[in-house]
Amino acid sequence: MSKGNYSLKQILSQPERLTPGHRMCAGCGATIAVRAVLRGLHKEDHAVIGNATGCLEVSSYMYPYTSWEDSYIHNAFENAGATLGGVETAYKALKKKGVLKEDETFKFITFGGDGGTYDIGLQSLSGAMERGHDMVYVCYDNGAYMNTGIQRSSATPMFADTTTTPVGINSDGKIQYRKDLAAIIAEHYVPYVAQSTLTRDFTDLHRKSEKAIYTKGAAFLNLCTPCPRGWRYPMEDVMEICRLAVETCYWPLFEVDHGKWILNYTPKNKLPIEDFLRAQGRFAHMFKPGNEHLIELFQQEVDKRWEDLLYRCNRE
Amino acid sequence: MSEQAIRERMSGNEAVAEAIRQVNPDVMPAFPITPSTEIPQMVSTFIANGKVDTEFIPVESEHSAMSAAIGSEAAGARTMTATSSAGLALMWEELLLAASNRLPIALTLVNRTLSGPININCDHSDGMGARDTGWIQIYAENNQEAYDNYIQAFPIAEDKRVHLPIMICQDGFITSHAVENISLLPDAPVKEFVGTYEPEEFLLNPGKPIAVGPYSISAYAMEAKKAQAEAMENAREVILEVAERFEKMSGRKYGFFESYRLEDADYAMVIMGSAAGTAKQAVDELREQGMKVGILKIRVFRPFPEKEIAEALKNCKAVAIMDRTESYNGNCGPLGSEVTAGLYRNKVFLEAICYTYGLAGRDFTTDSVKGIFDQLRTLVEEKKPIPHNQYIGLRTRK
Repeated sequence: MSKGNYSLKQILSQPERLTPGHRMCAGCGATIAVRAVLRGLHKEDHAVIGNATGCLEVSSYMYPYTSWEDSYIHNAFENAGATLGGVETAYKALKKKGVLKEDETFKFITFGGDGGTYDIGLQSLSGAMERGHDMVYVCYDNGAYMNTGIQRSSATPMFADTTTTPVGINSDGKIQYRKDLAAIIAEHYVPYVAQSTLTRDFTDLHRKSEKAIYTKGAAFLNLCTPCPRGWRYPMEDVMEICRLAVETCYWPLFEVDHGKWILNYTPKNKLPIEDFLRAQGRFAHMFKPGNEHLIELFQQEVDKRWEDLLYRCNRE
Repeated sequence: MSEQAIRERMSGNEAVAEAIRQVNPDVMPAFPITPSTEIPQMVSTFIANGKVDTEFIPVESEHSAMSAAIGSEAAGARTMTATSSAGLALMWEELLLAASNRLPIALTLVNRTLSGPININCDHSDGMGARDTGWIQIYAENNQEAYDNYIQAFPIAEDKRVHLPIMICQDGFITSHAVENISLLPDAPVKEFVGTYEPEEFLLNPGKPIAVGPYSISAYAMEAKKAQAEAMENAREVILEVAERFEKMSGRKYGFFESYRLEDADYAMVIMGSAAGTAKQAVDELREQGMKVGILKIRVFRPFPEKEIAEALKNCKAVAIMDRTESYNGNCGPLGSEVTAGLYRNKVFLEAICYTYGLAGRDFTTDSVKGIFDQLRTLVEEKKPIPHNQYIGLRTRK
């Protein structure tokens, strides 16, 4: 990771665009990610923030209070892509008609959880990406429908214990592997797609956010944002969980810039997946005697996907 | 002004597209569905040829059409769309949000039956299915009314007393595709009549950010719904004011409904949409035979003008209430329910028979109308009871 002129201390001294007082849980990865993404906005630029229904929305804009410094629109669960696409098109129309002055710049960023993005909102997202609205769709992926009480999604990792894939005498948790959404959106050949998470100094996420926001056309960020309730880790461990996600290659940091796949980080010593799994209560059953094969299967899938990613990033 | 009228002949879809060209809205998200498909096609052609500077969003579904319309209108752009049938059904969740967010979006609904069975022809099940979504609904009898209603749509919806979305409805194929004579207005007065959209608050207002679509707890949500209901109440006077202004421009008079030979009628028919034309023809023929019959053609279904309807029907002996949709409530269609409730609430007591007709494009003829009036006459004069809920034009078993 090249740091450039980036300084976390300097950037944190600027005013926050998501203000404190919202009702998200302590130890939630989503709000940390949102603040980091918004730091990618240049101070002088306005923004319209979109939001799919989910934890973030119901906790950050509860009438009559809002935590958002910028204009903000929540519409419904499955349509954050289309809604912000409409806002962005209105911007083009009003600019063209001279209603908005030439020097007033708005940027468009929408947030959705994995439920609103991988699942119910996939069509709306795909449509918005394909049409090429000049906007950024940010998925805060916490790997289940956390807002409704930890039901599985297509982003939920295999074997996770959720309320619709509960572990029991006939169940090892979720049966299926997770969907690779970043790759799916990359296959739309949009100008910019990146995967990131909360790293120690936020360099990776900051750079990708700024790039996504200021790349012309549609951009997509997929962010691993742990959920202390659903993943069952002590809330103060959120950064450590993210570090383990990266160091085990469960959540690789990469970007696809105008079709070119770029790996942004290779762990010096790729950690075994147990290190990521052991830290979370949702995988506790995998460590019971007799369940060693579950960990093996999980490791095989992580390895396979890591190899696929290396192939994509190294091909000519 | 009416001397400047432009004589043309065109279909209902062409008439609405022409009105759209004249209004030149900012944004149109739309998804094709028969029989409204021609409207986005025509607007796209206007755009391709520089006739309008509307931004077209070729969305991947009607749900996204209404979602994008909500985003666009909230952003401060005058926004419209067009759809039919299943397209409107897919929008349903978003219809409610457009109204709740008080966004004056204009939707052209080309009425088509809802599946199933799948069928592309006209009835009102799509519009009636959305009757409680908080949209103003105005129905047209023919292409002229579709055009005139569309021009009145924006001044009604955008009025500060209202701020609600509006549905301008016309019958699929019967009106949307049949070519009839029409009198168009010149561009300049239409543009002046419609004016520019100037929302008080919008997303793209530099330095004045707003938040749209909150989570609203029980302590606040009910007031929001009441305010929305009051806006619908306010729409009554605004619809009449706009109609009066429109009459000054065009010479054509509009109200909540049209009374046709109703003043001295013993027997009345309440009907909506293109079938009113058929009913009027039958009334003329029956009047020649000395039967005192008349038509009450509903134009504004939301807000529902029940008091005015009751007043107009109070001297009749019997009324046939015609629904071009099935409610599956075991009694009658929505017009039947609402008209009879309105009569009761306004203490107008007369025989009221509900009929279901024309579903999925089934023919409705002058003979059908005459048969219905004959039933009403028999009921009153011979005091022979008849079923209160009947189907017209069903196939009979051989």
